[in-house]
Parts: sequence; structure tokens; C-alpha cells
Amino acid sequence: MKEEVCVSESKHVVAAEKGDKTGVSRRTFLKGLGAIGPGTIFFSAGIARQAKGQYGPTYTDGLSAEQLTAMYTDMLKIRLWESKIKDLILTGGFRGVAHLYVGQEAIAVGVCNALRKDDYIASNHRGHGHLIAKGGDLGLMLAEITHKATGYCKGYGGSLHITDMSLGILGMDGIVGTAHLFGAGAAYGIKVKGTDQVAVSFGGDGSLQNSFFSSAANAAAAWKLPWIGVIENNAFQIWVRSSDVYGIQDLARRADGYGIEGRVVDGNDVLSVYNVAKYAAEKARAGGGPTIIECKTYRWYDHYGAGGAKRGVDGAFRLGYRSDRELRDWMAKDPIPRFRKFLVNEKVMTEQRADEIVAEVTQAVEDAVAFAKAQPVPKPEDGLLNVFAEGAVPLHKS
Amino acid sequence: MSEKFFWEAVRDALKEEMIRDPNVFLMGEDIAIYGGAYGATRGLYEEFGEERVRDTAISEAAIAGAATGAAMLGMRPVAEIMYADFLTLAMDQLVNTAAKNRYMFGGRTKVPLVLRTEGGAGRGIAAQHSQSTEAWFNHVPGLYLVMPATPYDAKGLLKTCIRDDNPILFVEHKMLYGTKGEVPDEEYLIPLGLADVKRAGKDVTVIAYSKMVLESLKAAEQLAEEGIDAEVVDLRSIKPLDVDTIVRSVRKTGRVICVSEGCKMNGVASELVSVIQEEAFDYLDAPVRRVCAADVPIPMSPVLEAAAVPSAEDVVQAAKDLLG
Ligand SMILES: Cc1ncc(C[n+]2csc(CCOP(=O)(O)OP(=O)(O)O)c2C)c(N)n1
Ligand SMILES: [Mg+2]
Repeated sequence: MKEEVCVSESKHVVAAEKGDKTGVSRRTFLKGLGAIGPGTIFFSAGIARQAKGQYGPTYTDGLSAEQLTAMYTDMLKIRLWESKIKDLILTGGFRGVAHLYVGQEAIAVGVCNALRKDDYIASNHRGHGHLIAKGGDLGLMLAEITHKATGYCKGYGGSLHITDMSLGILGMDGIVGTAHLFGAGAAYGIKVKGTDQVAVSFGGDGSLQNSFFSSAANAAAAWKLPWIGVIENNAFQIWVRSSDVYGIQDLARRADGYGIEGRVVDGNDVLSVYNVAKYAAEKARAGGGPTIIECKTYRWYDHYGAGGAKRGVDGAFRLGYRSDRELRDWMAKDPIPRFRKFLVNEKVMTEQRADEIVAEVTQAVEDAVAFAKAQPVPKPEDGLLNVFAEGAVPLHKS
Repeated sequence: MSEKFFWEAVRDALKEEMIRDPNVFLMGEDIAIYGGAYGATRGLYEEFGEERVRDTAISEAAIAGAATGAAMLGMRPVAEIMYADFLTLAMDQLVNTAAKNRYMFGGRTKVPLVLRTEGGAGRGIAAQHSQSTEAWFNHVPGLYLVMPATPYDAKGLLKTCIRDDNPILFVEHKMLYGTKGEVPDEEYLIPLGLADVKRAGKDVTVIAYSKMVLESLKAAEQLAEEGIDAEVVDLRSIKPLDVDTIVRSVRKTGRVICVSEGCKMNGVASELVSVIQEEAFDYLDAPVRRVCAADVPIPMSPVLEAAAVPSAEDVVQAAKDLLG
């Protein structure tokens, strides 16, 4: 097995560095990147300069302290809520499968905070993070994945299929890659309606392999749709290493072939993700068409479930298809402490306030657990509702 | 004889055929290092290497299409589609290319392709990972459809399928992989189109396949306690269909229940009812009953999931209705 992790092909970064030095003067932004820790500064600084050179303003400068604090809170919500699910799985209190998002929080939060409430997202199997970042209710989500009648989707959908249209969520989907089509389709709907909304689709590195992504990107390019295709490249498709099934390393390079602008970004840096997503969203609103954003990241747990994981310990170790060292290297780039350090350095919040937020989110998760526990399970006959818009189908099992 | 898990029986069939014939190779998502979502290819990558046990990208169209192309060369691909729900993504290659290839080309080609997949409900993984999609494919000319219920049948049938010159859809139920059964140590093959009477009885015939055979056998035990002697016919292959065994059983009992985990409407059970009424109408003492899933997608909650698909209790109830 190959051991290297996906990072941007260095020539992109080097070229960007040569091309523009002015980005270095952006104190706030680069200091933020400096907080990332050793080993990633080069990569991210390159992207920062690229950003400065090609996107005009650095959008992160426009973020208020409230917004920055909300972003930190959202990342923690995802982390702590999902850690609860991990515990449920480990204690046998969970039926079905849950694909944990932990490690990738900066992507959902960076992208969704660059959107308006009336923008749309289409999500995939690893979608809890997307939903929480778009405003999903922790209690209703937990009730759904523990199959309660009052969960978001009445217990019909579970962890794989949660949605809330009122928040602009087009749903999580279990068919790898189709979200890109729903995103592009929503973008087409927006164009026909003539509003200035945008539609984002999320997919993993595996989401480009059936025809969905190609079809979505092609249509979005041809018709200049307000679509943003986000690729969360976490290096794996279940246990298969992406580099074993792709001939290219930066999947965003495909964008060229459709005639779309493609960007590669450090997916563990919420501000970098936000910056690119905001650029893409503003461009789309102004009629500038689609963008493809590839975020390099890593999932901390196994493909689904809690194999190799323990209660109270982050990450899943001793999995046959990856080395513990590789995971540890990525855990050292944990997006949450990185961002916290940045916020404290920049005096957006104090250490004390950051601790309070951890306590508040911990409580919110406990409340969600208590809420979900108290909810009723569905009645068998409920399963016949909602097949058609009119209501039930006649039961004729035998 | 040795006791084997269903997944081991599948794996052994693949392994034996790969040793016997160098043209047999496997392709699918996560079948190599992972060993398949349900473990049925465990160890084969280590034994045969990546050229013959190939992890593919997540493109079911590519898997079915490439396997069809390779089969036309005389290779004997055994391709895996991770969930029967994703057959929709391979459907064009399977239906429009593999299944009608030979016919379209006037008999000049052969497509010795086996497409293995896994289907059915029971794990609480909801509407896109729990379906029974076999009826859609039973409608396709040129495609065989095989759905074993026991480790013994799985191994003997899979070996036959790999040697067969037709495209074959081989569906394994996800809740069967962990079941155990006796499997001979020596080589054996089970011909296609031969049903197996898993339990002889005289009062009512229960025709089933895949996991529903186990539910029907459970039902037969319960019925026996109430003095009803049920015969359980396991189709094993749905196409080709063993009409003789079905008719023989109907002539004996005069009462029939057709059981399928698929939705009731236009399902495999509907086809069985048609065949029985055409071939054995005069022997029927009562209308043929169907025990099938409700016409709903498979919901996630265990309460809803259990209500959606048939179980032993439903078969028992149907038998009592017929004999009452
Ligand atoms: C069309 C389809 N094929 C196969 C699967 C099974 N499957 C579920 S997730 C997954 C891997 C997806 O990898 P990626 O897109 O990189 O997302 P990640 O899980 O890494 O977030 C596969 C193969 C599926 N759900 N849908
Ligand atoms: Mg991935």
C-alpha cells in the first residue's frame, strides 16, 4: 500500500508563490494560517497567495467576531455531537450505519458559513456535518438516527437520509455522487426563477466516478449555473485509497475539462475553505457561473461505525488500510484547535470564552441526547404513509 | 462435510473456480483489501493478486460494462455490485448490452458474465441499501437470475454460474452471510433451473427463494405444531424456473403460497402465480396466495422495517387463511 497522503501538486503552489508576493502582507489571514502548525504552512500559504492573487479581496477580513465565534461553535457541535454517536455505537445503542464526519468539520463549516440561509446544499452519506453547519437541529437529528417517530424524517430515513428543506437542505443521499446532480439541478431551478441564490453539492473523492459529477459540471458550465461542487478529498473510498483509482492527485484539475474554475484548498483550515467558498458564492450570485472546490482532508474514523475507536479517545486506530502514523499526522492538523488558537491570538475570544463555548456545546449535545431518548418510536402503520403525495398506500402484504 | 458460513461458501466457490480457470477474475468496489462489504471475497486478493481481484472506482456502470467487454473476449469475470440497490447504475450495461448482446448479434457472441450482488432488508440501513430489486431483472430476456438460501446452494450454484456461458445476476441476501450450513468437502455443482424441496409436506406448498426460504421453514415448523403439514420449495434459480417441481408440489397439496421479500406489485411471486394458474389450475383447491413486502420503500426504523417485509408469521397466517 502506498503511504503518501494527498497534498496539492507542488507546482501549483510554487507557481502561485512566484506569481504574487503581496498576499504576505495580509496580517490577519496569514497569522491565522500560521496557527495551523508545522508542516502545513507552506501548503496553505501558497493557497493564501493564490487566493489573494486571483480572488481579489480576502473574504475572511470581512468576518465579524460573532461570525467567527459561530464558526468555532459549529465545528465543535459537529465534533461533539458525532462523538456521542460514536459512544452510542460502541455501547451497542445504535442500529444501522453512521458515517462519521469528524476531522472534516472545517469544510462543512467553512462552506455553509459562506452561504445564506436561503442557499441550498445537497449532501451525501457523510453528511451530518453539512446539516449541522447549515443549521440542523441536534435533537431532531439525533432522534432521526435513533429511529424515532418525531425525528427529522419520522424514522424513515435514519443516519443516511436526513433533510430539512426549510434550511435549504436538499437531503443526505446514500448513492455516492448523486448530490452533485441535485445541486446542479437546484442551481438550474434558481436560474429559471431568477433569484440570486446559489446551490452547493458535497461529495467525497469517490463522488466523481459515476457519471453524476461530470454531468452536473458539464451542465453547470454550459449554462453558467450558480453551482459550487465541493469535493471533500479524504484520501479514501471505504478502504480503497483514492490514489489507486485515480490517475491524478488534485481532483479539481478536472474542472478545466468542463470549462469551470477549479480550486484546491486545505480542508482542515476553516478560513481557507470559507474564503474560497465565499468567493465562489459571490461569483455565482453575480452570474459568474460555477466553481469546483477540492478540499484536502482526512476522516478520523473508519468508513462507517466505530471500528478501531474507543470511548473518550479521538480517532480510529489499527485499521488495516492506513497507518496510525498517517492518522496522527492528520490529527495534528485538527481544524478545531487550529482555529481556536487563531481566534485567541487575534483576540476574537479569550481562552476562557472558548472554554465556555465548549461547555455550552457539550450541554447542547446532552440536551439533544435527552430529547431523542424521550421521543416515541413510530407505529407500524406509519410506514404506509408518504409513499405518494396523497398519503398512505393500501397495505396488502399477504 | 464441513460447516461453513454463507460468505465462506461464496468465497470458496470463487477461489476454486479461480484456481481451475485462469480466465476467471473478480472486479468490484472494495472487494480486494476490504474483502467485500459482506466479506465474501476475503483473502482472495492476497492469494491471487490485484490483476485478478481488482478494486475499482465507484462506478457501477464501469464495473458492469467492463465486465461485459472482458466476457466477450472469453474471460469469465465475476463482478460485484456492492448493494442490489446500485444495480440501477449498472442497469444499462446489464440490460441493454450484456443481456441482449448475443441475441442482437445473431448468436455470434457470448457473454459469460456473473454479476454478484447483495440485497434485502434487515440491517436498518434504509431505502437505498435494503431493496429487493430482483423482479426488475427477471423481466429482462437473456439474463439468468439466481438467489440461493443456504451455503450449500450458494457454493454449488455459483460455481455453475461461473462456468455458464450466459450473463447471470447472482443475488445474495445480506442477512444470510452470517448463517451456517453443511458444505461437502469434495467438489460439486448444482444445475441451474432446479428447485429444491427443502421440506416435504402434504397440506400446503410454500414457494420461496433466498432469505424467505428460512422464514418459510420457520413458518412450517410453527404450522406443524398446529397440525398443518407445509411443503417448502426453494426455487434457488428464478430464471431458469423449475416449473416441473412447482407443478408436482401443487398437484400434491392443492394450496399454494408464493413468498418474496420484494414488493408485491409485479414481483417474482406474481410470475409464480401466473405460471401456476397456467400449468396447474385444475389441481388448485384455493386461490394462490402471495406473501410479499408492502409496496413501500424500505424504511429505517426497526418497527417500520419489520412491518414492511414479510416474516414467518405472515406465512403462517396465510397458510391458516388458506386451510381455515
Ligand atoms: C453508487 C454507489 N456505489 C457504492 C456505494 C457504497 N459506498 C458508500 S460510501 C462509499 C465510499 C465513498 O467514498 P467517498 O466518495 O470518497 O466519500 P467518503 O466516504 O470518503 O466520505 C461507497 C463505495 C454507494 N453508496 N453508492
Ligand atoms: Mg473519500
